[in-house]
Amino acid sequence: MSATLSHPNPGNAKYDRVMKVAAGDKRFKILEVTMKKNQFRHDSLIEVLHKAQELFGYLEDDLLRFVAYKLKLPPSRVYGVATFYHFFSLKPQGKHTCVVCMGTACYVKGADKVVEALQNKLKVKSGETTPDGNVSLLTARCIGACGIAPAVTYDGQVSPKQTPEQALEKIGQWLQPA
Amino acid sequence: MAAKTLTINGQQVTAEEGATVLQVARDAKINIPTLCHLDGMKDVGACRLCIVEVVGTPKLLPACTTVIAEGMEIKTESDRLRKYRKMTLELLFAERNHVCAVCVANGHCELQTLAYEQGVDHVRYDYLFPKWGVDTTHERFGMDHNRCILCSRCVRACVEIEGAATKSIAGRGAKSKIISDLNEPWGEADSCTSCGKCVQSCPTGALFNKGSTVAEMEHDRSHLDYVVTAREKKLWVTHA
Amino acid sequence: MQLDELKAIAEKKKASAKKVCLRTCLSAGCISSQSDVLHKNLATEVKAAGLENDVEVRRVGCMGFCGQGPLVGVDHKEGKEELFEFVKPDDAKAIVSHLKGGACDVQKGDPQHPFFAKQVKIVRANGGIVDPENIEDYLAIGGYQALHHALTEMNSESIIDTITKSGLRGRGGAGFPSGIKWGTVAKSPGAKKYVVCNGDEGDPGAFMDRSVLESDPHLVLEGMAIAAHAVGADQGFLYVRAEYPLAISRLQIAIKQAKALGLLGSGIFETPFNFNVDIRIGAGAFVCGEETALLASIEGERGMPRPRPPFPAVKGLWGCPTLLNNVETFANISAIINKGADWYASFGTEKSKGTKVFALTGKIKNNGLIEVPMGIPLRQIVEEMGGGAPDGHSVKSVQTGGPSGGCIPAEHLDTPVDYESLGKLGSIMGSGGMVVMDDTTNMVEIAKFYMEFCMDESCGKCIPCRAGTVQMFHLLEKITQRKATKRDLDKLEELCDMVKNTSLCGLGQTAPNPIQSTLRFFRSEYEALLQPDATGAPVGANGTAKAH
Ligand SMILES: Cc1cc2nc3c(=O)[nH]c(=O)nc-3n(C[C@H](O)[C@H](O)[C@H](O)COP(=O)(O)O)c2cc1C
Ligand code: SF4
Ligand code: SF4
Ligand code: FES
Ligand code: FES
Repeated sequence: MSATLSHPNPGNAKYDRVMKVAAGDKRFKILEVTMKKNQFRHDSLIEVLHKAQELFGYLEDDLLRFVAYKLKLPPSRVYGVATFYHFFSLKPQGKHTCVVCMGTACYVKGADKVVEALQNKLKVKSGETTPDGNVSLLTARCIGACGIAPAVTYDGQVSPKQTPEQALEKIGQWLQPA
Repeated sequence: MAAKTLTINGQQVTAEEGATVLQVARDAKINIPTLCHLDGMKDVGACRLCIVEVVGTPKLLPACTTVIAEGMEIKTESDRLRKYRKMTLELLFAERNHVCAVCVANGHCELQTLAYEQGVDHVRYDYLFPKWGVDTTHERFGMDHNRCILCSRCVRACVEIEGAATKSIAGRGAKSKIISDLNEPWGEADSCTSCGKCVQSCPTGALFNKGSTVAEMEHDRSHLDYVVTAREKKLWVTHA
Repeated sequence: MQLDELKAIAEKKKASAKKVCLRTCLSAGCISSQSDVLHKNLATEVKAAGLENDVEVRRVGCMGFCGQGPLVGVDHKEGKEELFEFVKPDDAKAIVSHLKGGACDVQKGDPQHPFFAKQVKIVRANGGIVDPENIEDYLAIGGYQALHHALTEMNSESIIDTITKSGLRGRGGAGFPSGIKWGTVAKSPGAKKYVVCNGDEGDPGAFMDRSVLESDPHLVLEGMAIAAHAVGADQGFLYVRAEYPLAISRLQIAIKQAKALGLLGSGIFETPFNFNVDIRIGAGAFVCGEETALLASIEGERGMPRPRPPFPAVKGLWGCPTLLNNVETFANISAIINKGADWYASFGTEKSKGTKVFALTGKIKNNGLIEVPMGIPLRQIVEEMGGGAPDGHSVKSVQTGGPSGGCIPAEHLDTPVDYESLGKLGSIMGSGGMVVMDDTTNMVEIAKFYMEFCMDESCGKCIPCRAGTVQMFHLLEKITQRKATKRDLDKLEELCDMVKNTSLCGLGQTAPNPIQSTLRFFRSEYEALLQPDATGAPVGANGTAKAH
């Protein structure tokens, strides 16, 4: 799919808004450097989205618009790609993230029990963030640590052979008032 | 270009190299059911209704994307194919909320016509009743996601023919959704040229011209007991 | 770079070997138990003990026995080998004092344990031995000499001939003969061609490719370069899933180091051959392991498969002929070039040659990675190497092939592990995931687990897979909730057949396998959950009566 459309220019309300936001935030500059490094090639879209999520934590609408405008891609294409891949999040994540692996090896070793315990404790379903924005509970499809199943990733750190008790203890630390 | 000779349902046909089985069959007046195919647009092989049997190949092949070869022996009808096509249509009916009685496309719907043609007289799968909305924000057109079968004809029309690329698919699997620009209300999508090509290409009532039908659409949406009505009232009989 | 320079670096590296080498696994599994801290501590302790000149503290990749990790291997120059298991960061001092003859209460492993002793290592020969972030380690064991040989002594034809004769089949799942695929790409007309390595490793419960990439990245790069020379490509892509950050960073380091030595880039080994490799990172979509979806993803699109033919070998990336192979497939190449097709073909069975790496996990005593010759009886893997099910339970079945595979029941444990035998049992070799289930496992739940996976991972393009997996999952839910009748089971079986035969890509075509295989061997577990079909109007999931 090559984009032949005429792109929004200055004067377009959305374009102006996005560029104004971008001008006041250094992270957009860094993102643009990544795009430049990829010569603004269309096939770099996924890489650019990875960088955007790394910088901003999640992919907010105007951020996706910025990417679309800069790469000269249709916004629908950018949105379509961003929502196809589950690694990309269009909603803000909690301060802490807890990712329980629900791959086969972890599942047969009781990862479902860990998820259940955490859901009960946090009162959210997997894929959700606690209303106070503190903890996001997520599940993954195998993180490649099957030899030490069940594996849980707390704030990016993988922990091996987790029991519901261990998981609750770990989460407990996050729930303490600071 | 070299000509190729093959047989379709025992009938010998000759066609130009590079042609698809579907093109050749249609030229020979042999009907193969299709949903995602639309003349003039790239074929994607998505709906799987056009599957045919090719002697010597264990797999069933989609006629729309299979290029002919010399000596091919093709069967477009068999008990197995009929059964699979019927099941495919049943799966579609159960997937979203197709209530023909209240649809703008009633009588002009390719899905309805195919169901009739293929003898789908009931749907054996549980209806999933997903909650999909209707987008009526565009001045002239509307989109009812309940009736979308995700054939991507509108997307291809918008990208390949109009070049606007307003439409795309977001999400994946059963949660896939046709979107305008950044999943915005259609009326707010800057890139839409209001050409209406997507509406023209839609096989069902998912994309429609606004006007007389809108009120009807909205107010009848709560009636989703399609199961009973569809069967009792023979909704698939073409009324046009 | 010339061959003698390459050999000089290798010789120098070998000559600098110290009396003792302390190898700590710094692969994802062991790092999760702080082996990275342990590694640092070991270095500090060695220094503190004044042993820097005698002891090398080496970061290595996966040694395989992940369930017992963190692992530290000790190589003594005179040949003695020791292994420590479950090593904690605090154990560094004890291990170093042990080197000086002191006592040490860190748990000792047995390097001759059947888990290790029964293995035949080709792909994983250097895993746990070389430092994956130091190209000199790889050169010291003869790295990149196969590439030199291929570039200077062989041409496209002779390389492809060698690969064909070796009997190597694709390790990504389907087992397509690699030589034939290479030949097709080589013959396909086109000025521009690509080589793509599939490191998406989507089977949940498998981590062979992760381990190879993390432990021995140059082996894969060398294999890709040889392939590129054989098919006439000058650009490669290595597609790695985002869940493998360590593999990605080690590959980046490896590519940089190889380029710096002129082993990748332009005019490799002062021949006209150019080859560059770029890494592409996945973003969480199982279907991107399917080759046409993977190519779409490399092009920055939604990872939706497209109908084949045309096959990527003829029309792949940006319409150019593209050779696409799995990580493990590429990892076999340099050994085949170095030691010859006949040597490679001497391992395995008539139709399945060589070795295969498996990730042995689930309800089994010894968890980890093993590499075994093709054709080895499943029982040897599960009972002798794996030690059977733990806690007094017995093995009920072994799942191979992940969401595309099947469950092999205990009574068939004597089946030789090769493509054909597994296929006959309704499973597949797959990429190498082997999840052991014990007598507490409910097989209907397992089938449901996989169906949910396929439903979530379906790209949604074609109707049978998109809507069919939803209905199959729904029916399985009804069964496990004891709300289903015999009729529902019939419907389920009919859908399995339909989805298998009409779906566009391999995901849909194989999604029914876990159901079909559990139905074949554990049908009674399904039937025990069915309700009598008295009224002929079974209850729907939402409680409403449905007309049938
Ligand atoms: C749904 C699906 C997922 C797949 N996932 C992988 C994968 O994760 N890794 C892989 O190497 N091959 C995977 N494959 C197989 C590839 O499509 C392809 O056949 C393979 O990478 C070719 O390499 P080989 O010939 O070396 O096996 C998958 C196939 C399907 C249908
Ligand atoms: S809106 Fe119509 S044309 Fe577009 S995908 Fe849905 S059914 Fe097809
Ligand atoms: S079989 Fe499934 S994953 Fe493959 S194209 Fe069809 S919907 Fe997509
Ligand atoms: S199944 Fe959990 S890490 Fe692989
Ligand atoms: S018309 Fe061929 S698959 Fe839809």
